[in-house]
Amino acid sequence: MTNSFLLDGEEVPFTPGQTVMQAASAAGKYIPHLCWHPDFAAHGSCKLCTVKIGGRFATACTTRAAAGQEVENGTEELIAKRRTLLQLLFVEGNHFCPSCEKSGNCVLQATAYEMGMLSPHFDHFYPDRAVDASHPDVLLDFNRCIMCELCVRASRDVDGKNVFALSGRGAKSHLIVNSESGRLADTDFAATDRAAEVCPVGVILRKRVGFAVPIGQRDYDAKPISQKAVEKLADSEKEAG
Amino acid sequence: MSFELETATVASDNLRRVAIDPVSRVEGHGKVTILLDEHNKVHQVRLHIVEFRGFERFIQGRPYWEVPVMVQRLCGICPVSHHLAASKALDVIVGADRLTPTAEKMRRLMHYGQILQSHALHFFHLSSPDLLFGFDSEVSRRSIVGVAEKYPDIARKGILLRKYGQEVIRHTAGKRVHGTGSVPGGVNKSLSGAERAELLKDAYQMIAWSRDAVRIIKELHEQNPALYDSFGTFPSNFMGMVAPDGSLDLYHGVLRAKDAAGRILFDHVDYQTYDTLITEEVKPWSYMKFPYFTSMGPEQGWYKVGPLARVQNCDSIPTPFAEHERRELVAYAGGKPMHATLGFHWARMIEMLFAAETIKALLHDDDIEGTDLVVTGERRREGVGVIEAPRGTLFHHYQVGDDDLVTMANLIVSTTNNNQAMNSAVREVAKQYLDGKEITEGLLNHIEVAIRAYDPCLSCATHALGKMPLEVTLLDAEGQMLDRKYKS
Repeated sequence: MTNSFLLDGEEVPFTPGQTVMQAASAAGKYIPHLCWHPDFAAHGSCKLCTVKIGGRFATACTTRAAAGQEVENGTEELIAKRRTLLQLLFVEGNHFCPSCEKSGNCVLQATAYEMGMLSPHFDHFYPDRAVDASHPDVLLDFNRCIMCELCVRASRDVDGKNVFALSGRGAKSHLIVNSESGRLADTDFAATDRAAEVCPVGVILRKRVGFAVPIGQRDYDAKPISQKAVEKLADSEKEAG
Repeated sequence: MSFELETATVASDNLRRVAIDPVSRVEGHGKVTILLDEHNKVHQVRLHIVEFRGFERFIQGRPYWEVPVMVQRLCGICPVSHHLAASKALDVIVGADRLTPTAEKMRRLMHYGQILQSHALHFFHLSSPDLLFGFDSEVSRRSIVGVAEKYPDIARKGILLRKYGQEVIRHTAGKRVHGTGSVPGGVNKSLSGAERAELLKDAYQMIAWSRDAVRIIKELHEQNPALYDSFGTFPSNFMGMVAPDGSLDLYHGVLRAKDAAGRILFDHVDYQTYDTLITEEVKPWSYMKFPYFTSMGPEQGWYKVGPLARVQNCDSIPTPFAEHERRELVAYAGGKPMHATLGFHWARMIEMLFAAETIKALLHDDDIEGTDLVVTGERRREGVGVIEAPRGTLFHHYQVGDDDLVTMANLIVSTTNNNQAMNSAVREVAKQYLDGKEITEGLLNHIEVAIRAYDPCLSCATHALGKMPLEVTLLDAEGQMLDRKYKS
């Protein structure tokens, strides 16, 4: 048997040890995701990459690819479930796209468009989350956090600083800053850290950038995330040689 | 303090109440209440603004660079005004004392695109049905649909003028409504050659159609001076922004005010000091404040802003066709200031022509394709931005902490500046047309015609989003409903 599996009926090759997500991405196939990033270990928390393998639900980012797997990805059933997950994320935080500087470059927003989300469907929580503007170069707007932990992983695994962590449990989970005061200014965080540019939504923002990129030139203005995500991955692999 | 007909002097229990709720063919949600005695004598007239939003509060605690995009959500008709007024205030905060030529011209282009679309919308869509058919004409015809049936050429030009203005905004701000083009210290884009060519293609047609629009309203004045000169007419002060040389400039300049006789009250005032000039009075029956010149007090110090104030406040208009038309208006008024409420329409169309001519001139300027877009300088903690929005002078005032978060916001929007003037206009019309008469829908529309002349944006004025249907309820002295009429 060759090292390949079927994704929505199309053959996808893999190398042993790859996950379904890694193999699909390498083959130019898009599986929706928020917490997965090719540069970091899989996290498996957002569940948006849920696919069906042999009729069972599984997260594509944590499931090893195996020869002969039959993987469902773009079915209406899975898209509907992903849409619900997105709606839950939108109502749990305060996501005001009209005045958010990340609009047009936001993975959450772009994925919601891709999944055909037209309304939040659920009642908003309207949580009361303060903005941390204490750092001279970077602003933290916790209103938009989706708890993907990419900043936690980047700060811990790449920057070696452990600036961010999740605290609380269940519905009370939230992102915190690892300093006695809880303020970013009281950590050794720097705007050059990997954690400063890994946030997929508008939580970790370089100050005084705002709306510098005009409408029409933002990441997802011309192409949907299903195309851009695949192109970005190909570009980064090309850069890595 | 209280003005004539603001508060009834007889017990209101003995008066019956007529309400126009909401006022139609204006932006936002407002109502007019009229108290009448058994002989239909008018005792009290009030224009109320009944909703409240509170942008000034929830801007606090947000990063300053977000404000020009967030605050424009006050309005869907002229969001560019708020976008630019906020940007101008934040230019002061980021120390951008002089923008690059490309940035200033792109902002001007965006602004004059907005003036064009907003004035066209108001004149053709909202007001022309009253002016072309008559204030008490058959109600079913009194809409843009009726105009399109009877005067298809006029309706078509109105729609296409507005569309062109929206296209100018799209190419400068990124979207027709709620774009992001203006940022603190400059802009985030210039025009491409293709965008410039696309806009230039129709620029001359827009000037020609704007000239036609001025002719329409001028002829209406000349055909019926008895109506146009006296309808809701009352004297007041004027205020507006002019260029330092006294010419009309709707984007930037200094504040100037004249009294009812046309004498200068103040001139060359730096708008950073606006809070020493103006006080805002709160009245218990309206969410809209009543501003007045502090030095003159609330009784004498209220004023008009907007097209009629601006066209008469300036010494000249820097584009040839509009300047010619300004002189015609001044000549018609006989050398004295025109205070006619319906004169707003004439002045508004002169400004639309000015906007069309200015757009053409800017499109011929190569700076519009420049690449030097943003400047910064010494950071400050406070800034005021003022712009002449389609409806009048608009003030944005912010304080920003060292952490870049907004700590204070104060907005005085154009329609708020006209609050007392609009109340005076409806009281004048009530006295002229309603007093002692049996109330009809046509007579009530006279009240609305007076309000519409100011092109009020009640959404902006209260930071409230409204709907436009009209409900008129007629109650007797015991509060029993006698009649109710709806129109949508």
